[in-house]
Amino acid sequence: MDSGLGWWGVPIAVLGGALRVSTPFLFVSLGECLTEKSGRINLGLEGVLVMGAMSGYAISYTTGNPWLGVLAAGFAGLLLGVLHALVCNLPRVNDIAVGIGLMLFGTGVAFFLGKPYVQPKAPTLPAIPLGGWSDSPQIQAALQINVLFVLGLALALLLHWAFRNTRWGMVVRMAGDSADAAKAMGYSVSGIRLAATAGGSFLAGIGGAFLSLYYPGSWNEGLSSGQGLMAVALVIFARWRPLACFWAALLFGGAAALGPALQSVGITSGYYLFNATPYVLTLAIMVVTCSPKRTLSGAPGELSVTR
Amino acid sequence: MTLLPGAIPPPHGALEVQMVGITKRFGAFTALDDVSLHVRPGSFHALLGENGAGKSTLVKCLVGYHPPDQGQILVGGREHDIRTPHDAHALGVGMVYQHFTLVPSMTVAENLVMARDAVPGIIRWREERERLHAFLKTVPFKLELDAPVSSLAAGEKQKVEIVKLLYLQRRFMILDEPTSVLTPQEANEMLGMLRDMVREGRISVLVITHKFREVMAFADRVSVLRRGRLAGEGEVADLDPERLAEMMIGRREAGATPTRRIAGNGKGDVKLAIRGLTVNDDAGMKAVDVERLEVHGGEIVGIAGVSGNGQRQLVEALVGQRPREGGEVHVHGEPFAARRSEMRRHRVFALPEEPLRNACVPGLSVAENMALRRFDRAPLSRGSWVNWGTLRREAVRLIGEYQVKTRGPLAPIRTLSGGNVQRAVLARELSEEVSVLIVANPVFGLDFAAVADIHDRILAARDRGAAVLLVSEDLDELLELSDRIVVMFDGHLVHETPIDAVDTGVIGRAMAGHVSASAH
Repeated sequence: MDSGLGWWGVPIAVLGGALRVSTPFLFVSLGECLTEKSGRINLGLEGVLVMGAMSGYAISYTTGNPWLGVLAAGFAGLLLGVLHALVCNLPRVNDIAVGIGLMLFGTGVAFFLGKPYVQPKAPTLPAIPLGGWSDSPQIQAALQINVLFVLGLALALLLHWAFRNTRWGMVVRMAGDSADAAKAMGYSVSGIRLAATAGGSFLAGIGGAFLSLYYPGSWNEGLSSGQGLMAVALVIFARWRPLACFWAALLFGGAAALGPALQSVGITSGYYLFNATPYVLTLAIMVVTCSPKRTLSGAPGELSVTR
Repeated sequence: MTLLPGAIPPPHGALEVQMVGITKRFGAFTALDDVSLHVRPGSFHALLGENGAGKSTLVKCLVGYHPPDQGQILVGGREHDIRTPHDAHALGVGMVYQHFTLVPSMTVAENLVMARDAVPGIIRWREERERLHAFLKTVPFKLELDAPVSSLAAGEKQKVEIVKLLYLQRRFMILDEPTSVLTPQEANEMLGMLRDMVREGRISVLVITHKFREVMAFADRVSVLRRGRLAGEGEVADLDPERLAEMMIGRREAGATPTRRIAGNGKGDVKLAIRGLTVNDDAGMKAVDVERLEVHGGEIVGIAGVSGNGQRQLVEALVGQRPREGGEVHVHGEPFAARRSEMRRHRVFALPEEPLRNACVPGLSVAENMALRRFDRAPLSRGSWVNWGTLRREAVRLIGEYQVKTRGPLAPIRTLSGGNVQRAVLARELSEEVSVLIVANPVFGLDFAAVADIHDRILAARDRGAAVLLVSEDLDELLELSDRIVVMFDGHLVHETPIDAVDTGVIGRAMAGHVSASAH
């Protein structure tokens, strides 16, 4: 490897990787944050992510416009979210079980419908080069920022603001924290949860489009490798705060970029071990945050796991 | 939705409400039978009755939760068809429920603003806060607007609920057992403030209660329900507690205000001893810090206190449901860690609160639940085989002896009513010789007959020499049963008195945390 920066290449590659890899984490975790704030867990976002990746790629290929692909991915996600919410609105249905079902259903359908799109090359999303000031190709590569990343950051800020300052955001929080209170004030809790689950899945679908249309930028069956599930853990880590979701997504993105970054400076021996960093991080976070003695602070009171 | 076009904005001042000939049936059961109630504008009206007398059903008819089958409701002198809570709100009728309808993670200000019928799409907090501050100046209650509701004590939450109704311009306020979670001082303060607002003509108040003291001290008029019928009504000034008791529980028991029963001798050996016991709550905060407590054979030690002061955690730690952080518990002088073998050897039994949750397997049958203590020993089992015939016969015997109303020994225990679950668990716990009995809120939500029965059985266990630790939120129950009363506040035992020297004023102050008062 010809590297003008030597060992400095590692943190720069990790940073670049974090900016790139974090985007799907960010969208899925914001979506899950929205859903969980309304009092429901949607574990199916992994399936939604894969479905979004497939449909985004397929639409981009057939129309030639990657942005139409992004939109299609969002709507594919939205449909799955509506399915999850409708099933969960039935009496005595457990949202976690439905989520696992949806995860398998979404990936299965995506693999089935996506078979013809594994080979062809679809137009992908453009990036904004922010590294023009530097001569170093590594820094230029690291600072290739995708529009969706910026959009995700804006969305995190918007959600953070909306949960406190809009009726819509407050109603979602109310449904998530005290369904009785929301009902007593005449709101339809199942309607709110339907909207929040659908919206959350829309975002997760967009996260999927990022995978197939930007990085890695192709459609195949091993595309997601569990990122949708890790994003759920990430929401717990972020204590259900959208801005913290942003930082947590960067952290997970950086962890996922560690393996390739080390490889780029010539350390190849532990490649698969380093690639496992995000999974280890997920486990570590779960162990650290879980305790039989106390409930999580900040957890919406109506979640089936906290009740 | 604010006002319909052409609707008149609600005028100010206290509302009048009349309910005439209300009848409400649930299937074959008649919950209310031709009940009439007249709350005059600007009056403080009490609705008195035992549990199950129909008080809650009556007010739920008024606020639209279940409309009556027969009868009329007049609000402000005109008849209205109140079908939903929304209809009641539009008329200016509001209710404070026993369980709070506040959102725990939101602040007081957020809860108040979200309670409005019309919340703007984007909330301008600066303007809202100014308006809230201006509004709070007009009510006697003081509130911290930025405190999250989850951090408030029960009394504070109750105040927020009341302020919320005032903020929503309700002019007729219904409170369902508002003082059950308050200290006597908090209750007096809250009811006094409500009465002041009634005197000013701002609101009319209807309070559901079963406490004579509050009726006598605060209400103008009282209506008494008994078994779904109006048993009596009148001006409080013309009535006395004896007359109210007669109306409430019927002529047969009239005048039988609970008298102290024969005290236990309390001279037995120390059977249960606690030293420096500390226990944490679910959030990891220290909930119990008991320096020293001893219970002798043949005595009942009552633990008084407002709920949430560590009583639940204490009982859970004693019966093995919650880990102890420090300290020692001894039974018969030996360390006691609440293992099954220790409970068996020392004959420690318990009737925890909410027995269906804490002492039963809801899906198992009554017979199986009654055998939970003994199913793995002779005669109920041989080797590792359960003898189902014996188990069932034993259950049938206990069901008869304790008068448990069930479809049969094989009915799942969750199909029983609260009182019968309580009886079934008590039957199990008292079916053998008892050395230590730990009891928590044993008659919560039960009817008069069940209360007397369960109290008799606890006293009988004491008279057979058991050491009884009785935890209750009902001070009257403790005064009636205990030989010694200890007050628990904030996890500590702050006051102790033998029953002969009880001063309820001192106990009330100790319950509210005025520890200095206990040094008498």
